[in-house]
Amino acid sequence: MTVKTPSKLEKILAAGHLAVTSECGPPRGSDPEGITHKAELIKDHVDAINITDNQTSMTRMCSLAACIRLKLMGLEPVLQMVTRDRNRIALQSDILGAAYFDIHNILCLSGDHNSFGDCAKGQNVHDLDSLQLVQTVRHMRDEGKFLGGDEIKRPPEMFVGAAANPFADPFEIRVPRLAKKIAAGVEFIQTQCIYNLDKFEAWMKIARDRGLTEKVYIMAGMTPMKSAGMARYMKNRVPGMDVPDDLVKRLADTPKEKQAEEGISICVEAIQRLKEVEGVAGFHVMAIEWEEKVPEIIERAGLYPRPKVA
Amino acid sequence: MRLNYPTNVKIIRVPCTGKVDTIHMLRAFEKGADGVCVIGCMEGDCHYNSGNFRARKRVAQVSQLLEQIGIGGQRVQMFNLSSGEGPRFAQYAVEMTERVTALGPNPIKLARKPAAA
Amino acid sequence: MIVADKKPIEEIIETTRNFKRLLILGCNECVTVCEAGGKKEVGILASALRMNALNQGREVKIDEITLERQCDHEYLEEIRDVVDQYDAILSIACGVGVQFTAEKYQATPVLPGVNTKFMGATEKRGLWVERCQGCGQCILAMTGGICPVSRCAKRLFNGPCGGSTNGKCEISKEVDCAWQLIIDRMKALGTLEDYEKLSPIKDWSTDRAGGPRKVVREDVQL
Repeated sequence: MTVKTPSKLEKILAAGHLAVTSECGPPRGSDPEGITHKAELIKDHVDAINITDNQTSMTRMCSLAACIRLKLMGLEPVLQMVTRDRNRIALQSDILGAAYFDIHNILCLSGDHNSFGDCAKGQNVHDLDSLQLVQTVRHMRDEGKFLGGDEIKRPPEMFVGAAANPFADPFEIRVPRLAKKIAAGVEFIQTQCIYNLDKFEAWMKIARDRGLTEKVYIMAGMTPMKSAGMARYMKNRVPGMDVPDDLVKRLADTPKEKQAEEGISICVEAIQRLKEVEGVAGFHVMAIEWEEKVPEIIERAGLYPRPKVA
Repeated sequence: MRLNYPTNVKIIRVPCTGKVDTIHMLRAFEKGADGVCVIGCMEGDCHYNSGNFRARKRVAQVSQLLEQIGIGGQRVQMFNLSSGEGPRFAQYAVEMTERVTALGPNPIKLARKPAAA
Repeated sequence: MIVADKKPIEEIIETTRNFKRLLILGCNECVTVCEAGGKKEVGILASALRMNALNQGREVKIDEITLERQCDHEYLEEIRDVVDQYDAILSIACGVGVQFTAEKYQATPVLPGVNTKFMGATEKRGLWVERCQGCGQCILAMTGGICPVSRCAKRLFNGPCGGSTNGKCEISKEVDCAWQLIIDRMKALGTLEDYEKLSPIKDWSTDRAGGPRKVVREDVQL
């Protein structure tokens, strides 16, 4: 796949390396310290850093501002943009705001429903859905035009991504859904965190057989478990999550003070296994509020040092 | 059976308690009744299948309404018995009378008095 | 039909507190079907409000009229001769009826007695469910007869989202995932390959976003 943007992430993927990304949540306030601190912890171990967008509908500092901060630090941000909170005018406007600061990666999402967050009484927008947002970014980039038809002066040069969840229902359309995203213009995928490696490999096989892995870079999502309690919570309380029983058991059988360490090991083993799966183009390590462990995971998984690209 | 039950209990006969609608109970209170009881067949034995279930729901609706407007939700009650249970009818009549007496007269009767005078 | 639900009686008591001569105006159509504003409900509300007033030592005259509809001039005209007898009208029709009545009888306050909720259907007695939000550009032919605007919590046109679990929406186990329903229907109809067609960006100008709407039919206007 040829490189279309100045995105460092795209270049690394196009060069055939396994890319590594991670993610940070902006603060529930305006103090820049949180983001800069987390970014400093992981910057040498990842190729790009996602900044979430009002995740779980809890009002936070906007993703765009945090991405700008990262860019000014010399790092590579991935702007996450949900369609829940902004209409198409604001979405295009924020895309241009990101382009103004030469932010070259965007992840297009619908967003969790507002009833989960701190403003359950507010309107949700959904003027576009996530796939229509993908189409919009590609249109702005490739045609150089607004949705309304006018020319954009200095169009955005963005590498466009979306999320995929191999474990959500219904399983039978999960690969057709991937095909649909590719048809909409998605260039890279970051999956929901994977614990059921067999099921993920089954999904990858169907994707490969359809030739989809030739058209999109799939990055496997990984989140280390901190405890058996966390494993149980994710298994039972988080929609769209598939946590196998033997994983919960493995953690439960570990003494409490060693569970976090075991969780990291499970994560590393998973990465090592999935490195061998054809079509896996990289890893998206999500260690929310546990960012200090990301370097260890990357190093033990044999993904350090990170490659340099022009 | 010639059993005794309080003289202040006035009986209105209906073919089935399902015939008693919300408005009938409300009008009784509007006209000054201190209490209303709806006495139907045992649940499951209704001649018309579900008439007494409907009555139960309506009694609950009236009870809630009376509570909300300050008349008192306890003034209306549903009872179930079979047609052969004379003594139980007398027992329910006594029970209801005692309860309503304790609650006092329907407050709107007091409100109406000055107008009547 | 338009589905409405009764307002709490405390709220109605509060809004009608200062009126001595009140007309409760019901409607024989949608609100009758959803048992919120028909003739029966008019009677019950009138009785309750009368007793409430008496209990508070107030004298009120509360009358009851139920019109065939409150959204047509002809039916509203039926009360023209009696409107002056009242200080206020409590309309328990849907929001349309309340407004149309108010527009017709400008000198009389017209108050709402129900909360109008949505356009929907009777799933069974006592359960009414939303089916349409009047987006103005119906796409049901493309989604197997299931509307993503009214039934998907995020009104996705290319769903489902990652939160769909066991056929239920992420917001509640009691809410069906609209896209699961659409996919099941497409399977039943044998049109699952249509799933991969991208649904174009919606023109919301025919929805409320475009401003208050009207439908004009010159061909039936005299």
